[in-house]
Amino acid sequence: MDLLFYTFAFLTLACAALVVVSKDAVNAAMFLIVSLVGVAGLFVLLDAALLAFVLLLVYAGAVVTLFLFIVMLLDTTPGSIKPFKLATIVAALVGGAILALGCVSLYQRAVLPAPAVAATAPTLKAYAQQLFTTYLLPVQVVGFLLLIAMLGVIVLSKKFEVKEEAS
Amino acid sequence: MNAVIQLWESLHPLLQMVIKGLCVIGVLFPIGGACSLIERKVSAAMQGRPGPNRAMPIWFAWVPVLGPFLQRVGVFHLMADGLKMFLKEDPLPGHVNKVYFMLAPVLAMIPALTTITVVPFGAYLDAAGHLVPLGLANVDVGILAVFAVGSLSVYSLIIAGWSSNSKYPFLGGVRASAQLISYELSMTLSVLPVFLWVNAPGGEGTLSLFSVVQAQSGSWLSWDGAWFIFYMPVSAVIFLVALFAETNRLPFDMAEGEADLVGGFHTEYGAMKWGLFFVAEYANMMIGSGVFILLFLGGWNPLPWVPLADVATWLHLTDQPIWLGLLSIVIFVGKVAGFIFLFMVVRWTVPRFRYDQIMKLGWQKLLPLAIGNLLFYAIVIAWLQPKI
Repeated sequence: MDLLFYTFAFLTLACAALVVVSKDAVNAAMFLIVSLVGVAGLFVLLDAALLAFVLLLVYAGAVVTLFLFIVMLLDTTPGSIKPFKLATIVAALVGGAILALGCVSLYQRAVLPAPAVAATAPTLKAYAQQLFTTYLLPVQVVGFLLLIAMLGVIVLSKKFEVKEEAS
Repeated sequence: MNAVIQLWESLHPLLQMVIKGLCVIGVLFPIGGACSLIERKVSAAMQGRPGPNRAMPIWFAWVPVLGPFLQRVGVFHLMADGLKMFLKEDPLPGHVNKVYFMLAPVLAMIPALTTITVVPFGAYLDAAGHLVPLGLANVDVGILAVFAVGSLSVYSLIIAGWSSNSKYPFLGGVRASAQLISYELSMTLSVLPVFLWVNAPGGEGTLSLFSVVQAQSGSWLSWDGAWFIFYMPVSAVIFLVALFAETNRLPFDMAEGEADLVGGFHTEYGAMKWGLFFVAEYANMMIGSGVFILLFLGGWNPLPWVPLADVATWLHLTDQPIWLGLLSIVIFVGKVAGFIFLFMVVRWTVPRFRYDQIMKLGWQKLLPLAIGNLLFYAIVIAWLQPKI
């Protein structure tokens, strides 16, 4: 069990790092898939097979496919990435510093809650009950957010022609 | 027979798993290859030709009845084809992206061979008289696992088209992946009514394919005895059409489109790399038809209202798990074979759609139909199920 956990954890982290590092966008998308498969494996080890397969279906099956689709259509050759500007470097440094600060303060101060001994069995019914009662509002908000994003894409991508006045 | 069972149970569980997996792959892979021969024979029969019937090793002509029969069926054409694919030069064009070019056929095989693990293909009665599914893994999320892993098969098409680094394969890959993504939606929506029916209110909830077959195994003239194709014909039709699109079979043959795209995504491929795409296509067809049979056609139950358990009682097989298991596998595989035949007949009957027709059918016809169907059955099941 431990061996499987370490294998999947290593796979996830290593591929996640490679997603950030690799210069070719297609490579990055492929590493993202492998990383997601690793996360799905971790879910299976936690007895959450449903979550694992939903993750595969939605992210590896659909979202990354669209990433890959767009990357290939735009044809980003590895050499075409522009070198960093000063502003980007400063922003990256500040962001990294804040993240590091957060990690340090979490490590030093936070008290992790004791692991729940008797968690509810991960049945389909348990998931559904949680989604439709406790987490109903977040689900609705996320759905609404996605709807707005979709509308935005339609508005941005459609070319609206200005009608000329009939004289 | 008991000695066989004892020997089997004395093996290490890991070894049992490996043997079972190898058995399934060992059956699926050659049948995938043999389907190409059946395809040629079916097309020949539909066009009034004899089909492949010549090739034969010279010494085989001396075998009295079997030799001419095998020659007539064209088995040696299949063997020569397979041998050619393994032995001929494996071209690797200079302009391709080599890593992804070689990865794509492998990626085509992985989802095909992975989904089979969660598809039960038979059942037997254990000592207590309960039906136990035969399959590599009886997971509780069966149908979700099939869809999730099946949705990964789109990568092999995209990557094959892109890495070939030339015009027509790229167009074929882009078309095919857009088609797969569009029809996946209708397919997923079309099976939801089945699971609404299977999961009665108050239950724990399950997505396993075994429980779907159990819900179709009632005895004579009971509600459970009829197969779901009688209750939900619209769902079955949507699933079937989406299945044709997902497996890239004609009339949804956009991935290849020989008339306008040379050979589509596999234009640059040759030898066994090309062959792997085709074995994967046939394997996907078999698994897809298997899932259809489990969902709508009663799985291993021989006839509507005639469940496997009753047949076992008539034939006195209740305490013979091996024979009953074999019988159920024969019934299931027989139904799958019928389905493969349907796939082939449709291929040689209906001409290929245009690309805009495919998109229109998927998004403007099937998807609204699937959503309406789901709403209708949600209301009907909520109203009807407490009364039965």
